[in-house]
Amino acid sequence: MYAQMVKSTGTGVKSLDEMEPQERAFQERINAGDKIEPKDWMPEGYRKNLIRQIGQHAHSEIVGQLPEGNWITRAPTLERKAILLAKVQDEAGHGLYLYCAAETLGATRDELTEMLLDGRMKYSSIFNYPTLTWADMGAVGWLVDGAAIMNQVPLQRTSYGPYARAMVRICKEESFHQRQGFDIMMTMAKGTDAQKHMAQDAFNRFWGPSLMMFGPSDENSVHSAQSMAWKIKMNSNDELRQKFVDQTVPQAEYLGLTVPDENLKWNEEKGGYNFSQPDWDEFFDVLRGNGPETTERMEARNKAWDDGAWVRDGMMAHAAKKKAMKVAAE
Amino acid sequence: MGDNSLVLGHRVSEWCGIAPVLEEDIALANTALDLIGQTQLWLGLAAECEDRGRDADALAFRRDVWDFRNLLLVEQPNRDFGHTMMRQFLFDAWHSLVLAALKSSDNSEIAAIAEKSLKEVTYHLERSSDTVIALGNGTEESHKRMQAGLDRLWPYVGEMFLTDKHDLIDVAALRPAFDELTNDVLRTATLSIPTDNFTHKGGKTGARHTEHLGHMIATMQFLPRAYPDAKW
Ligand SMILES: [Fe+2]
Ligand SMILES: [Fe+2]
Ligand SMILES: [Fe+2]
Repeated sequence: MYAQMVKSTGTGVKSLDEMEPQERAFQERINAGDKIEPKDWMPEGYRKNLIRQIGQHAHSEIVGQLPEGNWITRAPTLERKAILLAKVQDEAGHGLYLYCAAETLGATRDELTEMLLDGRMKYSSIFNYPTLTWADMGAVGWLVDGAAIMNQVPLQRTSYGPYARAMVRICKEESFHQRQGFDIMMTMAKGTDAQKHMAQDAFNRFWGPSLMMFGPSDENSVHSAQSMAWKIKMNSNDELRQKFVDQTVPQAEYLGLTVPDENLKWNEEKGGYNFSQPDWDEFFDVLRGNGPETTERMEARNKAWDDGAWVRDGMMAHAAKKKAMKVAAE
Repeated sequence: MGDNSLVLGHRVSEWCGIAPVLEEDIALANTALDLIGQTQLWLGLAAECEDRGRDADALAFRRDVWDFRNLLLVEQPNRDFGHTMMRQFLFDAWHSLVLAALKSSDNSEIAAIAEKSLKEVTYHLERSSDTVIALGNGTEESHKRMQAGLDRLWPYVGEMFLTDKHDLIDVAALRPAFDELTNDVLRTATLSIPTDNFTHKGGKTGARHTEHLGHMIATMQFLPRAYPDAKW
């Protein structure tokens, strides 16, 4: 999802009997639903995994500003412009909460940012896709924030305290994001022929990439099993993807849009839809840096960071001068 | 007033996602949001007074360059963060004085909008003053950039104080208060105030905008112009 394909460092899940006493006590706390706090002892693998996962999530919020920022200057009404601005501002805030959560594990925001900018760390594949029409603002809010909520609501119960608390704050805002997206889609789908066309086109382009947000099937993955034992991953990727499809299809019907999947069919037995897998070759291409807008996104972030260097330096220098003056006065 | 907040709000919103630090992304979005909110109020009131069936959106998205009545200062491009914050500071200083005066307008609707806006703008001014001081008095590089911003924008300051027949208040009379306010901040920021007081004009009257405005409204008005029958 926002943290796709996070590889855990462990080699598989140990049973309680195989663990040293310290690790066993730790795992038992997690099993009992306790929250782990920054000062508590934790296995190195748990710490590293969390830093990767929270970092990837934070980066996704930051890079995620770009595809929507692309339309703020072209929003068609003052109201829509204000709503979109507020939404993207929230995403920057989410990035901030998450970098703070990662900081409690010993990874600074600057370190994580450097790793994003030189490609050592990733962000969600979804933000490598272009936003081509105003309807994409609807599709992103409805589908992308919708998929994010699906993953993040369970993460409010994750074992790491600061991460869980960040998720609680974030989830409150995400539902507003999804609603504003759905509202745009609704207006477009009920609008002129051109608007209807835009809405369907946006849906066609974002459906597959939204399904990819949950990551490839992880039924047999040792990495996922470890993350689930640590309660830093709460559901399997397939489970969440199914839930997302089941929730979204009736909404699409309500909008009068056609789900771009010929194999979509209600399955009475499983109480959910049968649907086609998204194009996983495309997904791995995107992950390797070949997404349609990947180069642009990384260029934009690198340029912002480089262009802003003199500002950050200037602020720091001024803060240091003020401190020195205060010390001299005392 | 509505055109000033619309044009500056739009300019500031161009920073979305690319500010020097995350805190600035959030702060700039906040400023833009306040300005767009003020635009809705001012242009809403203007449309009501005009009483020709237009609303705030029609005024924002269906007028061409010559109908815009914003100051030339606010249509200046962002250039770098230094220019952006210097433009913000100069405008905030003027804006806060004008709003304080409009607060006591006989027209209760104008007074109400001014009062609400002044609360927001007082905070904008506090922030932009702090930034100008910090970067003016930061590193050699940041000082140089802030000075460049001030020098580049200074020829647009005078227009803010040209009173014309449409003004409800005598803006020229606000100049001493503006000078006092800005001198104080700029001196603390170790910046030198330009001595040439030549001023460009024509934004506020609509007689002659800069080329920048046309590009901005081409972007801003694209959708309502391309799909005139659509509701959004
Ligand atoms: Fe998100
Ligand atoms: Fe978010
Ligand atoms: Fe969101």
